[in-house]
Formats: sequence, C-alpha cells, structure tokens
Amino acid sequence: MCITTFHLLTVATCFFLGRFYYLVRKTSSNVVKILPKQPKDKSMNTMIVIGSGGHTTEMLRLVKAMTPSLYCPRTYVMASSDATSEFKVHVLEEHLATKASRKYRKYSIFKIPRSRDVGQSFFTSAFSTLYSFLRCVPMMLQTRPELVLCNGPGTCVPICILAFLLRTFFLTNTIIVFIESVCRVESLSMTGKILYYFADVFLVQWKDLEHRYSRVAYVGRV
Amino acid sequence: MATSGGHVFATVGTTKFDLFIRTLTNDDVLRELAHRGYTSLTVQYGNGSFEPWSGFREGIKVECYRFKDSILKDIKDADLVISHAGAGTCLEALEHHKKLIVVVNESLMDNHQTELAEKLFEDSHVFYCSPASLCRLLQTMDLSHLRPFPPGQTLTIAKFLDETCDLKPKCRPL
Repeated sequence: MCITTFHLLTVATCFFLGRFYYLVRKTSSNVVKILPKQPKDKSMNTMIVIGSGGHTTEMLRLVKAMTPSLYCPRTYVMASSDATSEFKVHVLEEHLATKASRKYRKYSIFKIPRSRDVGQSFFTSAFSTLYSFLRCVPMMLQTRPELVLCNGPGTCVPICILAFLLRTFFLTNTIIVFIESVCRVESLSMTGKILYYFADVFLVQWKDLEHRYSRVAYVGRV
Repeated sequence: MATSGGHVFATVGTTKFDLFIRTLTNDDVLRELAHRGYTSLTVQYGNGSFEPWSGFREGIKVECYRFKDSILKDIKDADLVISHAGAGTCLEALEHHKKLIVVVNESLMDNHQTELAEKLFEDSHVFYCSPASLCRLLQTMDLSHLRPFPPGQTLTIAKFLDETCDLKPKCRPL
C-alpha cells in the first residue's frame, strides 16, 4: 500500500495535536517555567500587549521599570478602538530613551481589532475573537516575539494562543507572561482563566490568589 | 472631634452615581465635614443626572464639575478623598497617601470593581460605606485607624522577569 498525502497529513495532524496537548500539560503544570537560555548580552524581542484603561496604566508602569536594553525591540499591540494608549506609549518611550543608548530605542506599534468588549456575551465574542485572531497572524509571523507580555483584557488572548501555536509548530520559542489585574482579588478574570493553560509565567497581584490557584505566582503589586 | 483640616475631593469617575452625590451634598453630611474641620469640597459627578449646587453652605465651599481630562491634580490637592469603588481612582488616591472613603454603589453589587475596594477595606487602607451610611461613618470614623498603603513593587517584578528570561543586566540604570 502506498503512502498518500492523506496519510502524511493525518500523521502530521496527530503529531501536532499531540505536541499541542503535551505543551499545554507541561505549561499548566509548572508555576514558573524557565525557558531555554538566551545568550547573555542578547536582548529579547518583546511584544507588549496593551489593554485599556487600568490595564494600560499597569502595563506601562511595569514596562517603565524594565531595562530597555534587555527587552528590545519592543512591539506594542493595542486595540484599534483605543484612542489614548498610543499617546501614552510614545510618552513612555520618550522616558525610556533617556536611560538607553540609541541602539535600544527601537519600538513599533500595531493595532488589531478588539476581540471582546466589556460585557459582550460569550457567544458573540467567539466570532469577534476569531476575527481578531486571523488579523493577528501576519503580525505574529512578521515580528516573531521571544517574549509576550500581557495583562488582559481580551485583546491578548488571540496573541497568546498564536504565540503558543507558533511554538507548537517549532516556529518560535516565545515566553508568554500574563499579569492578572490588581482588581482581581478573589478570582481570575476570564482572560486569566483562558491563559492559565497557555502562559508560561502567570503572575497575580494579591497573595490570596496564589493560595487559591496552584500555578500562579505572586511577586508583588505593579 | 479632632480637626482634620482642609479640602475634600469627591469623585465618581466616569460612572453615574446620583445617590452618592445627593447624599454627599446633603446639609447633614456637609455639616459633619465642617465639624471635622474641612472647609472646602470639590465634587466630580461624572455622568450623573443630579447636578449638585455650587457655593458656600454649612461652612463648606462646594465646587462641582462633571469631567476633567485628569483628576490627578484634584486628588493631590485633597486631604480626604471620597470615591466610588473604581479601582483606578482608589489606587491613585492611596498612592498619593490620601485618606480615602470608598462609597459602594449597591445597585451594581455583582461588579468586580468592588472586589478591590473590599480588599483594601479588609486591610484597613480605606473606609468603606454605602451612600446611606456615609453620614454615620463621617460621625464615627477615626482617620488614624487607616494604615498606609505600601508602594507597588514594579522593580521586583521587572527583576523577576529578567531572571525568568535569564537575562542579566550588565548594569541596571535608575
């Protein structure tokens, strides 16, 4: 019996499904996973997903504390409906420019359609998530981030899942870091519940949450 | 009652919270504020349909506005902040070391926004009440019971990220 394309496809599909399952199991069983070592003086191609409102404030505050020369170039991703965040990113980058040499001042901004509006139903958000998912594919293939930094809401789900898929297909080795909002004291947000299975590092900002969920880590408040 | 002195700033952010604003600008509440030694009150009433009356009442100078680009200056100028349960406003007030009373909107009870305010109350960083109990709280509260809010640990988190990604800063600026 000859091996047809169909057979090959079936084997490949099984392999990648198996790898996907393996990676999800591996990721969600670790509190913090240390990924392959980077050469010491290399900086990381970082993607920073900007949420909205309070999420933006928290994320930009964290980026402000990070060493720009280690996380470079920086790609900021935000919802296309977000009018104010872009300005805030430029202000932040001006600040970062004062503590890094010219070589580390590289940053870019991408805008993607929003996957879920606050209060949108679970059913319709499935479609809008799919749409923004497809719109993210070219961006992810183009930038190939080594680190994705996000803190919700919705916008970051398609990006993180894509980064995870790229790893499944051996295309990149992206570290996904999710930081739950300071507002969540007792339970995880919907974004948090999804990314619980995909994020390599899952940080929360209250100690109580660390006791409640096995794989989240508390380091401090942003 | 000890005099706390100074200025009060009340804010509802972008929400609509008429009951709070109505209670706050009641003569009873204003009298209580004056009794505590406060002399002026600025009210940011957001999307509310009730527009409070500006002017001089019960020994308090009341000023009102709907929105501003940034309420940060008003928070900084205040000695006491009375806020809705919005996380952003609460944290901003605490970060500027302001005494804070959080007034929770009971008609939005199933709202995760209040989760943070409740936690801050548990940890004695804020006072917490409903519009109905605001006057009573102003009569009985002891501001010295509030514990200072520790600053954020962004540098610790940034360092944790460096270690996780196995990046070693050659020299850390800042």
